[in-house]
Amino acid sequence: MNLEQALYKYVLRLGDDSLILGQRLAELCGHGPILEEDIALTNISLDLIGQATLFLEYAGALGGENKTNDDLAFLRLEKEYVNVLLVEQPNGHFGDTIMRQFLFDAFRKPLLEKLQNSSDEKLASIAEKALKETKYHLKHSSEWVIRLGDGTEESHAKIQESLNTLYRYTHELFYTDEVDLMLNKNNIIPNLESIKSQWENTIKEVLEMANLSLPDNNWKFEGGRQGRHSEHMGYLLADLQYMQRTYPNMEW
Amino acid sequence: MTKNNQDWPLWEVFIRSKQGLNHKHVGSLRAADSSMAIENARDVYTRRMEGISIWVIPSNLITASDPAEEESMFEPATSKVYRHPTFYDVPDGISHM
Repeated sequence: MNLEQALYKYVLRLGDDSLILGQRLAELCGHGPILEEDIALTNISLDLIGQATLFLEYAGALGGENKTNDDLAFLRLEKEYVNVLLVEQPNGHFGDTIMRQFLFDAFRKPLLEKLQNSSDEKLASIAEKALKETKYHLKHSSEWVIRLGDGTEESHAKIQESLNTLYRYTHELFYTDEVDLMLNKNNIIPNLESIKSQWENTIKEVLEMANLSLPDNNWKFEGGRQGRHSEHMGYLLADLQYMQRTYPNMEW
Repeated sequence: MTKNNQDWPLWEVFIRSKQGLNHKHVGSLRAADSSMAIENARDVYTRRMEGISIWVIPSNLITASDPAEEESMFEPATSKVYRHPTFYDVPDGISHM
């Protein structure tokens, strides 16, 4: 694997995380708990799909097979998607949606902050643009975690349950293999250990304000980065890919 | 949409579209408190670059004129054209008045 191939794989991971989470949130368009939050979640969805567009366009250029971002977004097989399992988890109730978002945003923000300084200019410029959006996403999801955790007895119990269920997927956010090591050595991406301590601090701070506690168990699920997805992924992709599969090369 | 949001107070939203202009009323929304109202206003009313500053105010703090008094409040002004400064000769050199 040369450096360009490693970068291709890495940018694909960033793009897939954005794409799949964006798709999940898009499912809520018109189904949000209240009108204002419906629009907020749809805005975040569009931000993420916008980020995916840039990442996948760059990945297409790096991949060397003349693939467009649409090819990568709509025409891969399930095992070729390399997003973390966390982002493909179903929306569940509002607490599940918000907790999934918070755990992801708290990771994405410090990662993008560091990627702004990447020695790869293109990656740095995408990170800079995405960071502004992601800062707002984190503010929005954190405030809701605090509101629900520190809210009524019912909202507290529900979002604590969401945390217990989703926390086991967070380990994979810090998945590292030879792709990461090679890029890190060339100052293209940061060391994920440094991101992890920032992530842990944000989680600790917000959960404290929300009166929530981390689950006792130490369960860890992973596989998404290697293309092994949960049972939810196939349904999500069926929705996402339907139009392009049914009407190849269709454009809006 | 559930009807739970009816428990949340109503807020009036004012947006300043650019520096130097005044905040203008753009609409209203529901939110549990002022910080949520600002965030909701950001998402509902500024997603197409409508503004650079937001004010929110609880709707129940606004005192409004009574529509039933419309005649006595506003009609007397309609027949008083002399209140408009339209009886002056404007010198030629002044283009925007």
